[in-house]
Amino acid sequence: MVAVAVPRRQIPRKALIVGGIVLAWLALWLVFRNVGTLALDASELTPLHRWVNSVNDAVGASRNSNPVFLYFFNEIRLVIDEFVRFVQALIAQPSFGRPVPVIGWLGVVAIAGFVSLAVAGWRVALLSVAGFVFLGLQGLWQESMDTLSLTLAAVVIALLFGIPLGIWAGLSDRANRVMTPVLDFMQTMPTFVYLAPLTLFFLIGPASATIATLIYAAPPAIRITAHAIRSVPHNTVEASESLGATRKQTLLKVLLPSARKTIVLGVNQTIMAALSMVTIAALIDAPGLGKTVVKALQTLDVGTAFNAGLAIVVLAIVLDRVTTAATERRTLPRWALFGGLGVTGVAVYFSYTYLWAAEFPSEVEIGSSIRQGATAATEWVQDSLPVITNGFKDFVTSVLINPLQALLAESPWFLVALVIVALSFLIGGVKPAVVSAACLGVLVATGLWQDAMITLASTLVATILVMILGVVVGVWMGRSRRADRFIRPVLDAGQVMPAFVYLVPILALFSATRFTAIIAAVVFAAPVAIKIIADGIRGVSPATVEASTALGSSSWQTIVKVQLPMARRALTLAANQGLIYVLSMVVVGGLVGAGALGYDVVAGFSQGQLYGKGLAAGVAIVVLGVMLDRLTQAAAKRWTN
Amino acid sequence: MDPVISVGNLWKIFGSNASQVVASDELKSLSRTELMDRTGAVAAVRGVDFDVAPGEMFVVMGLSGSGKSTLVRCLTRLVEPTAGTIMFEGENILEADAKRLRDLRRNKFSMVFQHFGLLPHRTVADNVGYGLEIRGVPRAKRGGRSQEVIDLVGLTGYEKSYPDQLSGGMQQRVGLARALAGDPDVLFFDEPFSALDPLIRRDMQSEVIRLHREVGKTMVFITHDLSEALKLGDRILIMRDGQVVQVGTGDELVGAPADDYVRDFVKDVPRSHVLTLKWIMRPPRPDDELDGPELSPETVVREAVRSVLSADKPVKVVRDGELLGVVADEEILGVVAGEA
Repeated sequence: MVAVAVPRRQIPRKALIVGGIVLAWLALWLVFRNVGTLALDASELTPLHRWVNSVNDAVGASRNSNPVFLYFFNEIRLVIDEFVRFVQALIAQPSFGRPVPVIGWLGVVAIAGFVSLAVAGWRVALLSVAGFVFLGLQGLWQESMDTLSLTLAAVVIALLFGIPLGIWAGLSDRANRVMTPVLDFMQTMPTFVYLAPLTLFFLIGPASATIATLIYAAPPAIRITAHAIRSVPHNTVEASESLGATRKQTLLKVLLPSARKTIVLGVNQTIMAALSMVTIAALIDAPGLGKTVVKALQTLDVGTAFNAGLAIVVLAIVLDRVTTAATERRTLPRWALFGGLGVTGVAVYFSYTYLWAAEFPSEVEIGSSIRQGATAATEWVQDSLPVITNGFKDFVTSVLINPLQALLAESPWFLVALVIVALSFLIGGVKPAVVSAACLGVLVATGLWQDAMITLASTLVATILVMILGVVVGVWMGRSRRADRFIRPVLDAGQVMPAFVYLVPILALFSATRFTAIIAAVVFAAPVAIKIIADGIRGVSPATVEASTALGSSSWQTIVKVQLPMARRALTLAANQGLIYVLSMVVVGGLVGAGALGYDVVAGFSQGQLYGKGLAAGVAIVVLGVMLDRLTQAAAKRWTN
Repeated sequence: MDPVISVGNLWKIFGSNASQVVASDELKSLSRTELMDRTGAVAAVRGVDFDVAPGEMFVVMGLSGSGKSTLVRCLTRLVEPTAGTIMFEGENILEADAKRLRDLRRNKFSMVFQHFGLLPHRTVADNVGYGLEIRGVPRAKRGGRSQEVIDLVGLTGYEKSYPDQLSGGMQQRVGLARALAGDPDVLFFDEPFSALDPLIRRDMQSEVIRLHREVGKTMVFITHDLSEALKLGDRILIMRDGQVVQVGTGDELVGAPADDYVRDFVKDVPRSHVLTLKWIMRPPRPDDELDGPELSPETVVREAVRSVLSADKPVKVVRDGELLGVVADEEILGVVAGEA
């Protein structure tokens, strides 16, 4: 009898190759450590950076003579500036020769209450009145109104373009095909990256801030509107056509009304995106609460940062509640409508005429107590919990961040590049390998290779943490309705909050380090990943899960052998989105001690001679994003097919 | 009487090379699957001919995928036919421009859909008045007409409800009222009751029969349910793979199926409910006593059972005084027993 081959556990060939590559890398790293790392000192510049600086200077010099600027960019800037200034004049800034805005606090509160009442009902109206009064009590009335003005201006312009474009993309397949990749690109681009080029064309200030906000906030409106139009049932449209409706009639009487609820949801997304971007645009001198937070972060004044962060949250909650509730069909009784209108009119008139109704009274104020409380709490935490916070910080830093960063940033650049290209080829084949090679080439050209590697290391660590959190919490939520009910609102709230707000407590706990930036990114990215995974787990057919249970699987077996494999698509999507969200926090991380690319970008905003370097760092972030996005998508394709 | 609708050699091919297919006699003679393999095109409707008489209830019956829904959409050009003619009151609809087509849809025909296609954001009254609104009828006039048809279909009292507050049967009544509101000449029904449960479906069928009797409109009714077809149809067209298999009255289909496909189809039909005496009568034999009772050849077997069995002589089948044949116990029992 012939010997029977003993079945051996096979290790897939690909895994062996990957292992081999990593081992070879480690060996070569030991040999070539700190050789050819393309390090660049913080104040050092490359010719490219200097050239961008000179372009910047040249643009600055010719801003008022070059026809492109004179008749195009300057015109846009003027129109937008005027519009923003007009909204600010109404509610935020002293205007028209008056010491106060046209509509004082009482008027704004009344208008907010009335609008909420009309579109969202009594409860939400009470909430928004309380919220707005609270902003005043915090001593941040004017800053809040500046933020609100900028947000509203950006939202109005975004919707003015976004909704018609969305309708077009909803009606025409061709338009949709053209717009989808553009929108994808706009949304994957880390938010801060376009701030720098924008300032080149539109100067620092409200116009650039508004345009940056537009870029960030318009895609959801376009996308959701198009989706809403597309998801109107075909038979409804057909019925309308069969009755002889023209295209216009079908659009106005069938498509838009049926899509209304979803479109309002798009408006909600646009408003929330705009609010979060407006606060971030403080980096390019946008007025408002964001500026207060940035200044406070720079001086490590946690109390002030917390107070202003809280105001942003309050504003976010009010705007979110009002627009969410507005999706429901609702009619106000006539008397309430006219009564509300009358009261609002009187309040606006008072706030126009009397100083007490125009300027928020400064004697009633809780802002300073909030500041002191937050400072005290922070000090207490820093004094009494260092064992836990520092222990955790040191653990993650020494186990994950340091080794990875050493490997990426201290290897010769060609070695890292070779490894990445080889891995890309193994993961996705020729095309991703080419994309990676091109991206790496651009990284070298920016002159910021080592910074990019440090940022890459932090990004990978943050993404790993996001995925761990995502799988653990996502599976839990996907399997337990009760967990879902409790956790989901928290995640929703987390997503609504502008990114800056997280920084404050995290900064207080962990002080300004790389680790703080990573945690901020994780907090920012985790809700998305968790939700995607939870929905993926929930989407696994209950029949399959039931069958697995009937076969006697334990919960663990069901999770590992049925639910997670069947939710593969969700897992890869979560990893992809997690990465992108983490990357978009890189610049924010630069504010709290992440160094590397994030710091380069931030420094570029504030110091003229570093402008070119900041811009290059922005490009490097985008390139990293493109590379990681392509790679994860290629991996996802491989894995799910 | 001239037909209201006259369809001639109608083709609908889905696919980018549709016009090539209809231009080639060779390709047109291929079966569906062969055509699919050769050209990638799908032939949904293949050379269909039929006429619909004024006031007729014309039923198109076929299984899913037979092309019946595409056919009815071609008739109003919701789906653009590839080739053929559709004469409507003497006018070839396929030549109508967009404006004329809209005109026809607004005034001449209307359609009731399987999934209702109601507008969720409008009340029942506004849904019913939608067609009139599109035509530009002022609100005040719309109200009166809407109310009329709402009453007609038995929805009185629900004018202010929204579609999602109504049951499926009620929603389809709204669809029916909407179609009737414009006072069209022809009503098209695309499997209107398939989504309803059996009891409601029976109610709605009776409702349509009643409406047909009351308003006397020409109706073209699509269904996959043979009993529905037999219950409603003055004439029935059976479709298979995009082609017409047979056109005829219910008793013709059951009594003289054109091929095995139709025979198989009508196998389970209770024949005594459908067949008339002319299908079962026999020529008189010399020993028959011909002084028994007389019945018309159109009498349905079920209704003749009692008189035939209670008579001690064969029943004579007579039209206009002419003796066509006789029916005795054995013929009747042959039909009734054959069903068991």
